[in-house]
Amino acid sequence: MMKRREKFLLCLSWGSGLLICGAVGTLLVFLLARGGPVFGKELFFDSTPPMDALLGLKPVWNGIWPAVMGTFFLLSLTLAFAALPGIGCGVFLACYATPKQKYRLGLAVDLLAGIPSIVMGLFGFVLIVYLRRTVLPNGTTCLLLSSFCLALLVLPSLVVGTRTALETLPRYISLTAAALGFSHGQTVWRLLLPAAGQGILGGLMLALGRAAEDTAVIMLTGVVANAGLPSGLTSKFEALPFRIYYTAAQYATQRELDLGFGAALALLLLSGSLLLCAWGFQRGLERRWRGVR
Amino acid sequence: MRIVFGSPPPPLWLKTLAFSIGGMLSAVFAFILFSALSAAFQGGGLSLFGPVWAPYAEKFGLGPMIHASLLLSASSLCAGWLLSLGCCCLLRGVGPRCFARVLMGILRFMTAIPTVVYGFAAVFALVPLIRNALGGSGFCWLAAGTMLAVQGVPTMALIMDGALRSVENDVFLTAAALGMTPLQTLSRVVIPASRPWLVSAAVLGFGRALGDTLLPTMLAGNAVRFALSPLDSMRTLTAHIGLVLSADIGGGENLSLLLAGGLLLLGSVAVSLLARRVSRGRNDEAA
Repeated sequence: MMKRREKFLLCLSWGSGLLICGAVGTLLVFLLARGGPVFGKELFFDSTPPMDALLGLKPVWNGIWPAVMGTFFLLSLTLAFAALPGIGCGVFLACYATPKQKYRLGLAVDLLAGIPSIVMGLFGFVLIVYLRRTVLPNGTTCLLLSSFCLALLVLPSLVVGTRTALETLPRYISLTAAALGFSHGQTVWRLLLPAAGQGILGGLMLALGRAAEDTAVIMLTGVVANAGLPSGLTSKFEALPFRIYYTAAQYATQRELDLGFGAALALLLLSGSLLLCAWGFQRGLERRWRGVR
Repeated sequence: MRIVFGSPPPPLWLKTLAFSIGGMLSAVFAFILFSALSAAFQGGGLSLFGPVWAPYAEKFGLGPMIHASLLLSASSLCAGWLLSLGCCCLLRGVGPRCFARVLMGILRFMTAIPTVVYGFAAVFALVPLIRNALGGSGFCWLAAGTMLAVQGVPTMALIMDGALRSVENDVFLTAAALGMTPLQTLSRVVIPASRPWLVSAAVLGFGRALGDTLLPTMLAGNAVRFALSPLDSMRTLTAHIGLVLSADIGGGENLSLLLAGGLLLLGSVAVSLLARRVSRGRNDEAA
């Protein structure tokens, strides 16, 4: 005979489990049913020949190719901005920092991680307004600014990922290295970093996934609905998540709606595959060190 | 890896890189807080903190937005937290193992679903459902709250699951020897013992819900008023920032959005500090 608390917990468990499965299932089926039929060459390139679009010879007017390329450039630039400070800070925290530095930097990383993405976008906006008043009278919101703000947004996850990957390595590596007379620098750069490489790559993929899906930051720092391929670092650009957001609010024709569903499916595929890569790397790291810990 | 015998000083460039994060953090704080403060001073006559939003009467009160932000994140947190706890129990022995494995896969997959995709699907699936079943426009507190709750589940559930798993490993044999069913073990031993983790999951979930922009903007209808019924439309602080900036209006609206940014930043700091405090408490307990 069950007490009331157990009964409640049992109902809660099954209720929420089924609800979550149902919600995700509905979401996927709905997206596939509406986006699946339009998913294809037409969706990306419209009637432009794919080769011309890929080489940038002819513009694509009625497809999501410019948005895909915009997201691609955005991610590359974000990676360029974030990779060095993020990984560097993770290595510093895991291998060099004194307890006091650990506490302070850890606090900074936590605070940075808590900042909502819209506030990060607002920061970019205020920054460019300030720059316009001082040194860059022609400055405007652009690809460069967006990727800088996105880099700030994903830095904490990169730091935490790198730090965790290094700290979960078996302790005997550094002990053995010390016994063999390796200097501290040699231990870190020749042994620990290569050993944790896969974990760090996994963290990088997760950070990229976060950057790919974020809409609030780019909304305030330079994304537009119709820009074509980005022509340079200081130009406006299109991006997949904004395309989806914009479609939901302002679609006028059935074709635009279809494009929206197609874009949603494409973005889901992109972030799903980034997540899969991250898993792959992290599983690899675990498998490599599981037997010897 | 901490180095065993007195670690030598790190290379200067590495230290610079690491502390550049502190510099960037200070830059964000300086810019946002400074502009919020100057907005507050400039807008002295516009009653920026007041309860009335009436641009034609020069009143730009943020009251309704603050109300909406708190209400929406608190309600979605309650629902999301319960859902996460339920999912965790199912994972930890209440449900059959094969179902648990499927659910775990689904939860992990959910971390990859972009927020904007949730919002997009809800605009075309959930909103018409609410409109037909309950009336109104469908863009309301209920729609945004539901999606926000679902969206927050994986983060909270994965934190909780880690905690419950580690406690369960400790007590599993003893409880089984006492003849407790898995359900009893969970409800009488494991859940009470992992309360600090459950609290810190709730704090983090609240921070995420408070800072989310897309779902409230797409689903909550964005009318400025004090929403009381779940079918009322509402506008959160985050949605306010996005809407006003993209509409490119000057004057009082702009000041109010800068102030909203400052408030959100302070809110997120409070949440981060609270989460750290809760988790420090649990480390002390464990020691």
